[in-house]
Amino acid sequence: MKPVQPTMSTCETCPAHAQLAQMGIDLRKYDRVVALAGNPNTGKSTVFNALTGLKQHTGNWPGKTVTRAEGGFAWGGIRYKLVDLPGTYSLLSASQDEEIARNFLLFGQPDCTIVVVDATALERNLNLVLQVLEITDKAVVCVNLMDEARRKGLEVDVRSLSRDLGVPAVPTVARTGEGLGDLIRAVTEVINGEVRTSPRRPPAPPEVRDAVEELLQLADGLELSLPSARWVAYRLLEGDHRVRQALLSGELAQLVTAQAAPSRRASRKIALEGAQ
Amino acid sequence: MSDRVHTLTPQDVLVRADALQRKLGGRFRDKIVESLYDEAERIARRAVHTRTDRHWDLDQRIDRLVTSPIFGMPLMLFILAVIFWVTIAGANYPSELLATGLFWFEARAVELFNAWGIPWWITGFLWHGVYRGLAWVVSVMLPPMAIFFPMFTILEDLGYLPRVAFNLDWLFKKAGAHGKQALTMAMGFGCNAAGVIATRTIDSPRERLIAILTNNFVPCNGRFPTLIMLATIFVAAAFPPALASLAAAGAVVAVVLLGALFTLLVSWGLSRTILKGEASAFTLELPPYRRPSVMRILYTSLIDRTLFVLWRAIIVAIPAGAVIWILANISVGGASLAQHTADFLNPLGVAIGLDGVILLAYVIAIPANEIVVPTILMMYLGTGMMIELEGFEQIRALLVDQHGWTLLTAVNLMLFSLLHNPCGTTIWTIWKETRSRKWTLVGALMPLGIGFLVTFLTATAVRAFGWI
Repeated sequence: MKPVQPTMSTCETCPAHAQLAQMGIDLRKYDRVVALAGNPNTGKSTVFNALTGLKQHTGNWPGKTVTRAEGGFAWGGIRYKLVDLPGTYSLLSASQDEEIARNFLLFGQPDCTIVVVDATALERNLNLVLQVLEITDKAVVCVNLMDEARRKGLEVDVRSLSRDLGVPAVPTVARTGEGLGDLIRAVTEVINGEVRTSPRRPPAPPEVRDAVEELLQLADGLELSLPSARWVAYRLLEGDHRVRQALLSGELAQLVTAQAAPSRRASRKIALEGAQ
Repeated sequence: MSDRVHTLTPQDVLVRADALQRKLGGRFRDKIVESLYDEAERIARRAVHTRTDRHWDLDQRIDRLVTSPIFGMPLMLFILAVIFWVTIAGANYPSELLATGLFWFEARAVELFNAWGIPWWITGFLWHGVYRGLAWVVSVMLPPMAIFFPMFTILEDLGYLPRVAFNLDWLFKKAGAHGKQALTMAMGFGCNAAGVIATRTIDSPRERLIAILTNNFVPCNGRFPTLIMLATIFVAAAFPPALASLAAAGAVVAVVLLGALFTLLVSWGLSRTILKGEASAFTLELPPYRRPSVMRILYTSLIDRTLFVLWRAIIVAIPAGAVIWILANISVGGASLAQHTADFLNPLGVAIGLDGVILLAYVIAIPANEIVVPTILMMYLGTGMMIELEGFEQIRALLVDQHGWTLLTAVNLMLFSLLHNPCGTTIWTIWKETRSRKWTLVGALMPLGIGFLVTFLTATAVRAFGWI
């Protein structure tokens, strides 16, 4: 495995920074889908607005009561669609917002997920990061509110963080735009495979591990090899209706095909059109 | 490999998943959450370095004490006891002062009306009915609220309530309920209707219903004056004066604990019968401690809470006072309507250690529990001789000497006050939140049934043992 290199924040001054083109809600054509996850009040919306140039345009997700913001930006000639997921502390509970977030990560299959974390409360925020990493390999951690952390006398070692998590971690101050260039670059590197991620997945507790193992073997019989296989097993063990339904309808199998195929058209179709 | 003989279907996987889920039981998700939290802590510890910051440290040190498995609960009970003690000890004198002043005003007004030659029934209806109801509510409720609410608001502003929820989480989990129910329960101390609305934060409909149906078991501030008055008159009287207010505070804490016990028992019962299911995990953020702002506390506790509750009590007390006066002064066959109704309810009242007048007071007080005690007093006074009530001593004399109250009456009235149907506003709120006639009915009748059962049992036991 190639170790993940945290990107330096000197790039803001570099002319390449001007590559960012805010596209607002002009979503007619885009090449990549990036999800934005994170705890509430971590500056997620600030990151979203800074990248898209929007003042929180919210679009309705078909059939859902909770609204979710979408916007676009272009970087290096590639158009990105940014999907702002509801701010949640976890992805485990049955509440509407968490369900929307985890279903999008699982079924929407974004090309990359940015998890925004609060540098002043890293431990609590990491709970969500670890849960996101259970679902997807392609993630970048945006360590936001670095200015507040400095004020509080906290030093966050992003290098250690990204080594432990197995995905890039980028320090940012979204309010001033500091580090956002590095963030986008990390995202493109993860998408292009220039940076290979190997997400940290803590070993399951013994009695759970056996059950998961057994289900995974059964699923192997169904040829369900997903990066999120273990997460899917957790959800099945929990009786998650959405995942059960996806298994029965063959939607999960479809995800496997989409992951294997070099063209990611199928998954993007789900992500963009909100196929249920 | 022999497994692969017949083709696996997704259905097989689900069947197996269900079997494994049953085997793993409810602790399954907690285990996963725990392992995630451990990992998060490890990674955070490696990545974050603190340049000594004392404010930051202090928060954590306080939290370690406040949420400690050993000190957390006792500290909580201690804080609760101190609050009630300060409320009881502090409210006694202002209450008497207010009552004296307001009833002095009534006497002067009646004299004036008589001097003007205004018919007796106008004077009686206006001053002995409407005004007296109002005066009782103000003098019995205002002082305790003006002391209790600021203290409660300080705790809220400090950020103590989420810690309470944290401490109580394991109990609610054992009862098959959501840990956030501890928070909605705390809201219920202020007002049960507010507590019912606060259950919106609970994700699972099952656990939310449990929280809604059991919220009534925490005494709201409309019922606190009743509890505080009874504790002061009956419990405190049994102790030497130096210990009196402490004993009264202890009695109120005991009632609150009993309420919490019933909340847990009923939650447990519901989650094993009609609302079957496992408790779900949740993340509870413990916000940083903040220095409460004095102006905000005064505003919230006095304007938003005290005056709001008092106003509600007053607008209910005025018509209730009028109704009581009419019931007490319209006679049919030699006895007043109030007398007839009370006599009719009396056998049931006596069976549960109370009497007909108390039950009638509870019927009249359905719109607002605040006026139960004033109603009882007004009916006793309206049906008996008129005496001036200047303080708790006179109230005691009226209840014990003229109407035969015993310690059993007081204790059962406290129990019944804790465990009876929610007030009209709360019932209405339950309906608005659940949109279900069935659950509204359960929410209203289940506590009432429990109230009757518990008071009947204590009355029967006390009589069987010949304690009274």
